[in-house]
Amino acid sequence: MLILTCPYCGVKGEETEFHSGGEAHLKRFGPGSSDADFEQYLFMRENPKGVHLERWRHANGCGKWFHAARCTVTLEVFGTYSAQTTEPPQHIRDAISARRPGWTWREFS
Amino acid sequence: MSEAVSALNAATASGVATVEEVGLRGMITLRGDLSGKAVAAAVKAAVGAGVPDVRRIVQGDQGAAAWMSPDELLLLTGYDRAAEAVAAAQDAMGTAHGLVVNVSDARAGFRVSGGGAREVLGKLSPVDFSAEAFGAGQFRRSRLAQVPAAIWANENGSLEVICFRSVAQYVFDLLRVSGETGGEVGFYRA
Amino acid sequence: MSTRLSSGGRLVNRGKAVEFTFNGRRLKGYEGDTLASALLAGGQMMVGRSFKYHRPRGLVASGAEEPNALVNLGEGGRFEPNQRATTTELFDGLTCTSQNHWPSLEFDIGAINNKLARVLPAGFYYKTFMAPRAAWKYLFEPIVRHSAGLGRAPKDRDADRYEHFYAFVDVVVIGGGIAGLQAAKAAGAGGAKVLLMEQTPHWGGRAPVDGGEVGGMAAGDHVTTLVNDLKAMPNVTMRTRMMGAGVYDHGYVLGYERVRDHAPDTPGPRHRLWRIRAGRIVTATGAIERPLSFAGNDVPGVMLASAMRDYLVDYGVSPGDRTVVVTNNDDAYRTAIALKHAGLEVPVVLDARAAGGGALAEEARGLGIRVATGKGIAKVKGGKRVTGVSICLQEGEGAALEEIKCDAVAMSGGWSPVVHLWSHCGGKLIWDDMQAHFRPDADRPPLGADGAGFVIAAGAGNGAMDLRAILADATGAGTAAAQETGHAGGETPVPEVAAQPEAAMMPVWLMPQGAGPDLRMKAWLDYQNDVKVSDVMLAAQEGYESVEHTKRYTTLGMATDQGKLSNINGLATLASQLNAPIPSVGTTTFRPPYTPISMGAIAGEARAEVFQPLRRTPIHDWHEAQGAHFEPVGQWRRPYCFPRGGESHAEAVRREIDQTRGSLGILDASTLGKIIVTGPDAPKFMDMLYTNMMSSLKPGKCRYGLMCNENGFLMDDGVVARLDEETFLVHTTTGGAEHIHGHMEEWLQTEWWDWKVYTANVTEQFVQIGVVGPNARKLLDKLGGMDVSKEAMAFMEWKDGTLGGFDARVFRISFSGELSFEIAVAASVGRAFWDTLLEAGEEFGITPYGTEALHVMRAEKGFIMIGDETDGTVIPQDLGLGWAISKKKEDYLGKRAQTRPHMADPERWKLVGLETLDGSVIPDGAYAVAGGHNANGQRSTQGRVTSTYHSPTLGRGIAMALVHRGPDRMGEVIEIAKLDGSTVSAKIVSPVFYDPEGEKQNV
Repeated sequence: MLILTCPYCGVKGEETEFHSGGEAHLKRFGPGSSDADFEQYLFMRENPKGVHLERWRHANGCGKWFHAARCTVTLEVFGTYSAQTTEPPQHIRDAISARRPGWTWREFS
Repeated sequence: MSEAVSALNAATASGVATVEEVGLRGMITLRGDLSGKAVAAAVKAAVGAGVPDVRRIVQGDQGAAAWMSPDELLLLTGYDRAAEAVAAAQDAMGTAHGLVVNVSDARAGFRVSGGGAREVLGKLSPVDFSAEAFGAGQFRRSRLAQVPAAIWANENGSLEVICFRSVAQYVFDLLRVSGETGGEVGFYRA
Repeated sequence: MSTRLSSGGRLVNRGKAVEFTFNGRRLKGYEGDTLASALLAGGQMMVGRSFKYHRPRGLVASGAEEPNALVNLGEGGRFEPNQRATTTELFDGLTCTSQNHWPSLEFDIGAINNKLARVLPAGFYYKTFMAPRAAWKYLFEPIVRHSAGLGRAPKDRDADRYEHFYAFVDVVVIGGGIAGLQAAKAAGAGGAKVLLMEQTPHWGGRAPVDGGEVGGMAAGDHVTTLVNDLKAMPNVTMRTRMMGAGVYDHGYVLGYERVRDHAPDTPGPRHRLWRIRAGRIVTATGAIERPLSFAGNDVPGVMLASAMRDYLVDYGVSPGDRTVVVTNNDDAYRTAIALKHAGLEVPVVLDARAAGGGALAEEARGLGIRVATGKGIAKVKGGKRVTGVSICLQEGEGAALEEIKCDAVAMSGGWSPVVHLWSHCGGKLIWDDMQAHFRPDADRPPLGADGAGFVIAAGAGNGAMDLRAILADATGAGTAAAQETGHAGGETPVPEVAAQPEAAMMPVWLMPQGAGPDLRMKAWLDYQNDVKVSDVMLAAQEGYESVEHTKRYTTLGMATDQGKLSNINGLATLASQLNAPIPSVGTTTFRPPYTPISMGAIAGEARAEVFQPLRRTPIHDWHEAQGAHFEPVGQWRRPYCFPRGGESHAEAVRREIDQTRGSLGILDASTLGKIIVTGPDAPKFMDMLYTNMMSSLKPGKCRYGLMCNENGFLMDDGVVARLDEETFLVHTTTGGAEHIHGHMEEWLQTEWWDWKVYTANVTEQFVQIGVVGPNARKLLDKLGGMDVSKEAMAFMEWKDGTLGGFDARVFRISFSGELSFEIAVAASVGRAFWDTLLEAGEEFGITPYGTEALHVMRAEKGFIMIGDETDGTVIPQDLGLGWAISKKKEDYLGKRAQTRPHMADPERWKLVGLETLDGSVIPDGAYAVAGGHNANGQRSTQGRVTSTYHSPTLGRGIAMALVHRGPDRMGEVIEIAKLDGSTVSAKIVSPVFYDPEGEKQNV
């Protein structure tokens, strides 16, 4: 059972306090978007063996959504960060690079 | 309104700890920019307290203010002055973007006191309730078995729990069962 | 015969006798006994029958690894099957029975399976599946059913209570043997917060029995010193009777504390499951002795040498009068020496090693014990009890050199570290050739949240096999655990240990090494699952080369054993058959729990009244007092109906509807979700949430709205009231409040975080009561305080005011088609308000109604219900709700999805009403059949029923259904399938059955 640190309230809590919310940094496509873009947005998801960026909510806690950078193989957590960003911040990218040099995830590296 | 009754009408139970429903209490949800002047003024106006730090509860002369999330506080005051406190907070907020709403009737509160208080909570929440980790003034939202709850530590060593009103009976039963005599754990150092 | 000796037994209190029964036989033991030691003391060596062949089985071990002595323990509400006698502490009044036999332990008909062993080989179960069907049904199934299973399942409700406890520490030390104690001391001295747990009631593990000298004192005395040192450390918590059950991700450990198993009549929880988070976990789990594989190694009286020593030293019990010791290592000589010192006969020690043993062997010889080197056991004689052994050359094929009479055999095949907990979360193992065992590979530990190893193995559990190495290893482990959790306090010296040189062990995987098929068929690897050397060999021959496949094919190491005794011997047998080195064959996966834990401990407090949270409205007690029949709606319990007198539920529902439509009904609608949405951007946000235009709603007005997800599917509906320019009050369905509030917050926090909107879930702040029926207004007028006339308060308006002295918010909305008000008051006065309404409404025959009446009345009006008409694949357009979808808005959640071709397809199933031609009620969930069959040979369908009721108002069955191009087919008669295969004819009609013009509600 994972431990995550909520970047908003600072609680280092066990998984039962949190709720996972799937892949991070999706870009919403609304009315007028192409079928291909909409399909990507609604259905297509990363399923990496290794570095992954995810959304989590501190459901039994402060209620806030946040992002987590995590390894799906070893379950190592590289860091958690604000949900109010469209890309992983530099300090998170650095933390991942320190542990997984050369990592890539979607357009990020 | 003299007919007002709290969820469990001040039920109590005792074992390794004493569990009491605290009865009617004024509770106000205040949302806004916690670092802004408007919120500080609203908290002062409503309960006479300062804005609490992250995961803290602070006392004021008319009640207390607790940190719920980065943009939300819970103000505690007397049940009968809740409406007055809401109005005072709204006034003080002025035109600043925020939300002040009376939730006094939406929740139930319990006080758990006595030597086994921390252990009773430690059986139900995935939280370190040792005195070192959870001292007076700490305020923590987590789950209590299967429902969300907020818990804080008082100066006198008792712990308080707030949950939704509809699950008051469930939470009371949890605390009662976990506090039954013979269930002493003996893990926390006094 | 096993018996209690006149002296000895460091753990028993001979001053306090304890009575118990086994299979109804009254026996006596002493305080401090285990059930196993007391059974042995009472001469009861045979304790059960084996799983498959029903062979007589006796005690083999003295601890958690015992495979045979599983008993049915207790009676009634305290009955529990498969309890290990070796880990059950004796208490006065204990009752137990043996398992897997019929009609009795001594005479068992199932033992016929033993004679059939040749037709029950490895993979027997799988092979039967390939036989003709008839053979399975008439031959194999009865045999398998009769023989399968261990103990009986309990039938009564568990009489005990259980609980969890969450603990947070720097270091958990699992195992209270000398290594665990030393590691805890080192970690504690370093300054870490330490939790040390031991599964038995005693500290010290094997050290007090195995002897040796530490710091100039006996090992047992050193244990006492260590325990006292630890008790004095305020940062160390020590728990006995607590097993490390499992190690999981990120330092999560389950500790299984058996609080009152030994004292069942004292108050408190029986078991406590500790849910521990630790920075570092030290596994000081010791080692388990391996059996030797020789023919008849399962005959009662054959025991692990160490177990025999335990019974002798710890409990003063001798397993036999004449014991043959057979070994491949020096340790078993300790048993021979201990037996001799106790005055018991040891006719011979058979040492498979041609060169024999070291100092311990010399000591044994010095006591006059005959030692035969290079020898082994060809075969054990006896059925229900050992009567003798025939001796052979280990390097031969089993020709008997000599027969020796004896009534017990002590065997030792070497020691395997307990690597289970190290392995649970991915710790890897390495093969140690010297000791012929797998041990933890310190370079490949389980990894934690920070990517560093979080488990450190120590002592014998780490492959350190002599006292000096054990204490050095444990000191290092404890110190490292403290340092790695940020504590670098005092250092702990490694105590001086007198050297105990031992001769090297020699791996023996089969005895004798050339044993033929007849001997191999009687050489057991896994006692519990009845797996023999010959079974593993057969599996290998049949192509099961992977150890995981062999395990499943033969059942080796399955069930409660989890490879404790059988693992290494089984792997080695497989490896030798495959001609592969043991490490390349590898091990099976070690899964938690280490030994079985109770279901009660897993459930914890969650039983009876706190099994799950039940949500109650402030009026719940009234409903209960009225004898309401409740139905679950999410976690709420809502009254389904309020039967009176001898009324059936259907009659009650009919009465409630008649009375509501005829005069006045009231409904506890408090469970409806209520969410405040406020801020300068609230109108914009509401327009995104709802398919309708909400920003145009005027303060003081209400509007019914639909919410879809990004897939376009309908997820919730309800009435929105605009409180002021910036503030809306959103009503959700009963089950939807938390979910919809979460949905709002998700979009606000993760997509539109620059929008100025705050939300608050105020569902439980209010009691909300529906006052419904032609006399609804009269009732409110009677209460007084607010003008609710048609002129002052039109349909779909709301107002704040007071009613009968209560502060109230009144919504004029209707879900029944009647004149109707929903009134919200503070929850704390909700019950008082409800009582006030009942009293004032008496003159109108006011009738509380439940959810079923609510459902029927809404169906009569053709109002949809989320969860009935919707199932996550239905869009508003399917339900004739196009009017609630704004064409003007550029965007709302779900809008893009609803333009996908499949969503816009005119061939979709759409909502209509159905009227059966015969007036009957269509079964719930029934399908409308079409001509022909689909690819699976099922009748083709053209629609399905979403709601179906008897309408008392119309006196007939009515239904709503999603039907292929339904609205285009008004008047058409279609066939609806019934459960019995027949169909009922129904006419497609408008879903609005009652008062289509809305005249009733508009008064």
